Order: sequence, then structure tokens, then C-alpha cells
Amino acid sequence: MEVATLTDISTQVRRDIIRMVTAVQSGHPGGSLGCADFMTILYFDIMNIDPKNFTMDGIGEDIFFLSNGHISPVFYSVLSRRGYFEVSELATFRKLNSRLQGHPSCDKGLPGVRMASGSLGQGLSVAIGAALAKKLNGDKNLIYTLHGDGELQEGQIWEAAMYAAGNKVDNLIATVDYNHKQIDGDIDDVLPMGDLAQKWQAFGWEVLEMNGHNHTEIIETMHKAKSMTGNGKPIVIIMHTIMGQGVDFMMHTHKWHGSPPSQEQAENALSQLEETLGDY
Amino acid sequence: MKQFEILDHKDTRSGFGAGLQELGKSNPNVVALCADLIGSLKMDAFQADNPERFFQVGIAEANMMGIAAGLTIGGKIPFTGTFANFSTGRVYDQIRQSIAYSNKNVKICASHAGLTLGEDGATHQILEDIGLMKMLPNMTVISPCDYNETKAATIAIAEHEGPVYLRFGRPKVPNFTDPNKKFVIGKADILNEGKDVTILATGHLVWKAIEAGIELSKKGIDCEIINIHTIKPFDETTVLASINKTKCVVTAEEHMMNGGLGDTVAQLLARKLPTPLEMVAVNDKFGQSGTGEELLTKYNVNTPDIIAAAERVIKRK
Repeated sequence: MEVATLTDISTQVRRDIIRMVTAVQSGHPGGSLGCADFMTILYFDIMNIDPKNFTMDGIGEDIFFLSNGHISPVFYSVLSRRGYFEVSELATFRKLNSRLQGHPSCDKGLPGVRMASGSLGQGLSVAIGAALAKKLNGDKNLIYTLHGDGELQEGQIWEAAMYAAGNKVDNLIATVDYNHKQIDGDIDDVLPMGDLAQKWQAFGWEVLEMNGHNHTEIIETMHKAKSMTGNGKPIVIIMHTIMGQGVDFMMHTHKWHGSPPSQEQAENALSQLEETLGDY
Repeated sequence: MKQFEILDHKDTRSGFGAGLQELGKSNPNVVALCADLIGSLKMDAFQADNPERFFQVGIAEANMMGIAAGLTIGGKIPFTGTFANFSTGRVYDQIRQSIAYSNKNVKICASHAGLTLGEDGATHQILEDIGLMKMLPNMTVISPCDYNETKAATIAIAEHEGPVYLRFGRPKVPNFTDPNKKFVIGKADILNEGKDVTILATGHLVWKAIEAGIELSKKGIDCEIINIHTIKPFDETTVLASINKTKCVVTAEEHMMNGGLGDTVAQLLARKLPTPLEMVAVNDKFGQSGTGEELLTKYNVNTPDIIAAAERVIKRK
């Protein structure tokens, strides 16, 4: 897909994010905005998927798990824009009886979601399980995940990292949203994580890095990651992003991790994001 | 009182191992995971028969639960194996989010439950696991009484779609149920019909209830003894019919009083049929080192405690 087209989609996704969290005055815009480029490219250009015929088992297609479930606005927007469900359903986000729960769930049958997430640190283990199932089924498609950087403070991530490398789970591409921010502030102030790339390497993973806002670089890196699968090692991409990317007053601060903008702030934000595909 | 023949003495965990081995042969979608306790969980045979379907995850139970949840995506039926404490309390949030809430077809198989694992002491003697698991929506909770029943339950849960907690134990105990009996999830099993008192027992305490019934029958007390092998969904119909007849109840379990079988029965009776109830269960205490039998006696969950509870509850009618 042309980069210009992907840029249009990711801009609309950012509008969706702002409108969703503003409408219910809750949700997590910061990380959602920061991952809009990656999620758009993953779903529109990288993954082999069949949105109109969603199945829980995902046999014969790639599977994605959102481990940092709080950035559900970007997940829902991308899923709907990709055709998993009507974009009009985005208006139900976080409302009573909605399939678009505050954090993703699969109990209400929302197409595109295969696992609940929200309590952090669980998605990598789940992805390993799905990757093992693919191997048992002789299914050559891949498993993708996205994790927050703060999420890596959960011990289960490192249990999973050790397992995946030790057992050659090489049909798995994990991505870390490295925006250096978490809800209480800068990662280095909350709990410094040292050299992330070295940590993953020490655990036995292939490590790639990319700028999470440069579409050409994202596409190239994802293709490189795909080409490295099947070689006995799991792959992690450390994706350098800016929390709040695309809305000037939301960038470079943790303030918008889990806080919605006011109506006035939302109008300011939307004025910075062109309506490319039509609002929901 | 009906006679019960002890076929042999076997551990319920070996019943699990035998059932799992059979599933390995009969159901190609069954996979198994273990957190460094293959020998204790008796998973060796399944592992030897199906190395490609067996996953040793190391001492990382949280990761094991997540991997199990993920394996269901693609149609596998994962059986996880570790001690009951590490199968529940240690990984409650992983089970809650990735298995119960997400309604994944994972079978959480837990050995060394309760006091009777013995000398390892309270760190390993979980007495809260039934309560933890029964509180989770979507979760089925099964606590079989002997080797044969544990084997049958292991085979039965593979056919059940949805998360299951299967609880069993370490010691060799009387094996007395019919090896050919099909295990029906959610159907309480009336072992002895009687008219004076209903004894509802689960797990290792089922045999203790039979021992108590034999002693009580010598005193002229006619016990209806029911094996509650499924705590959830609870067989209200069978239990209420029995209590309607006997007008008093004793529950017996190797578990904490809070959250256990007695708690389920108390809620049922309060809602539908207020009836005198005595609970034989551990009362708000952690266990300690000792032999299984010593501990059952120390914590008042042995045969004499069931006899005394039956005599007390009959007087309250």
C-alpha cells in the first residue's frame, strides 16, 4: 500500500482516538496516538488477515495480540477501519453493553479480538501459546504482539521471553512501544529498565529497532522481521515512539496516558488531524 | 449401610496421569504443559507418548497459564499441571483474565491440594483454591475422590468446552469407585441412601465420610452420603432432594470453610431450604508440617469430626 494512503488512514485513526476518548471522557489517548502508525501499517500492509471472516482460531492467517490493552482506542479504530466491524460502533466505546470494552475482551464477540488484555504482562505468553498451536497445526502464518515499555516491568514478560528463546518460538514478532513514559511519569523515574535491546538480546531474541512514526521505516523493518522468522529465534522490535504523537500539546508528556481531553482541547487536537476517511 | 470394597490404595494424581495418557491416545488436540513437576503430577507417560504435544515451561507458572490460553487459539485443549497452590493462588490474575474472562478451553489440573500433601507444610498446602476458582465466572470446579474417579474426570473434562479446575492430591487413598463409571460433570453421586442425615463430601473426605457412615450406622444413624465431585456447577437438585428427606446436613472437605463446599451449601440452603448445617472444614487457619493423617486430625477434618458433626446436626433438627 502507498505510504500516502497509510498516512491518511493513520491520521483518521488518530481522529477516531481523540473523538472516542472525548465522547466518554475516559480512556487512554497518549499511547494510542503513539501506536497509530504502527497499528495502521501492521493491519493494512503487513499482516495476512481476513477481516470479513473472523475466526477465533485464526487458522491460515496471521494473528495479533494487544498486550497493553489500555490502548484499546487505537486497536478498535484500526480494526473497524480495516473492516472487522462497522466504524459506527466506535461510538459505543466504553459505554454500557458495548462490545468495545474499556480494555479489549473477547466475551462479547467483537471480531478481531482473541484475548482479553488490560492486566499487563500476559500477552507475550498468550502469543507463545498461539505460536505453538500454529506450529502443531503446520500453519506457516505468524503471531504479532504489541507491548508497552512500562509493561516490561511485569515479571511474566521475562518468563515468556526466556521460554520463547529457549524453545525456538521463531514464528513470533513482538513489538515494544518505547515511548519512555508510563502513568506515573518517565520510565527512568518510575523504574529504570536499563538497555532494553541488550536485555532482549541477552534473553536470546533477535532485536530490531525502528522509528515508530516513519512509515517507510516501519514497513521496511516489518518486512525484515518477517524475513528473519523461521530461523530458530523469536524477534522483538523496539519501536521508538512519542506518546501523544500527532497532537502537539499531548506530545512528550505522560499527562495524557490515561486522561481524555476536554471538549475544547479535543477541538484543538482535531484541528491538527485532517479528516481523511470520514469520521464515524 | 452399603458395603464399599477397597479395590486398592492409589493416589488421585496417578489417576490424573492415567487419564491424561489415555487422552493422548484418543484426542490429538489434547496438549499438556508442566512447570517443572512432571514426576509429581504423573505426566511422564503423556510426555513420553507425545513429546511434540508436551511443553515443559520451567518454574514459571504465570507464563504457563498464558501459553495454555494461547494454545486454545488454534483448537488445542491444554492441560496444565502443577501443585494446587501454584495452579491457583500464584496465577490468579492470569487465570482470571486470559482463561476465565476470555473463556478459553484450558484445563487447570492441580495436585497436592489441601493438607494431605503433608510434610511440605503450609506454603504448599493450599486450602483456598476451591473458593478462588469457584468465584470465577465460566469456571467449572471438579474435586474427585479417588484414583478411578480422577482418571474418569480427567477424560471427561476434555469433552467439556470451557475452563475447568481439576483438583486432586498426593497421598495414596482407598480406591473404591467403579473403574467403568462414566464421569458426569455436575451430577452429584449418591453413594449411600439414608434418612437421618445427609453427608456431602468432596475429594479425599469422601472416603472419610464413608468411614463415618459405617460408624454412625453402628449407632443406629442412617446416613445419606453424597459424593460432590463437582463443586461448580453445583447439583442443587440432588442435594435439595436429599436434604428434604433427611432435614439436616454435614459437609466435609479438605479446604477452608470460607469459600469451600460448605460455603456453597450454606448459600443454597439459605436461599432455598433453611436447614441445620455443620461444616467439617479448616476454620481460618494455615496448615503445617506433619503426616497427612496427623494433619486431618489436627485441623478437625478427619473421620471422627464427621461423626461428631453428624451427631450435632441431628440434635439441631
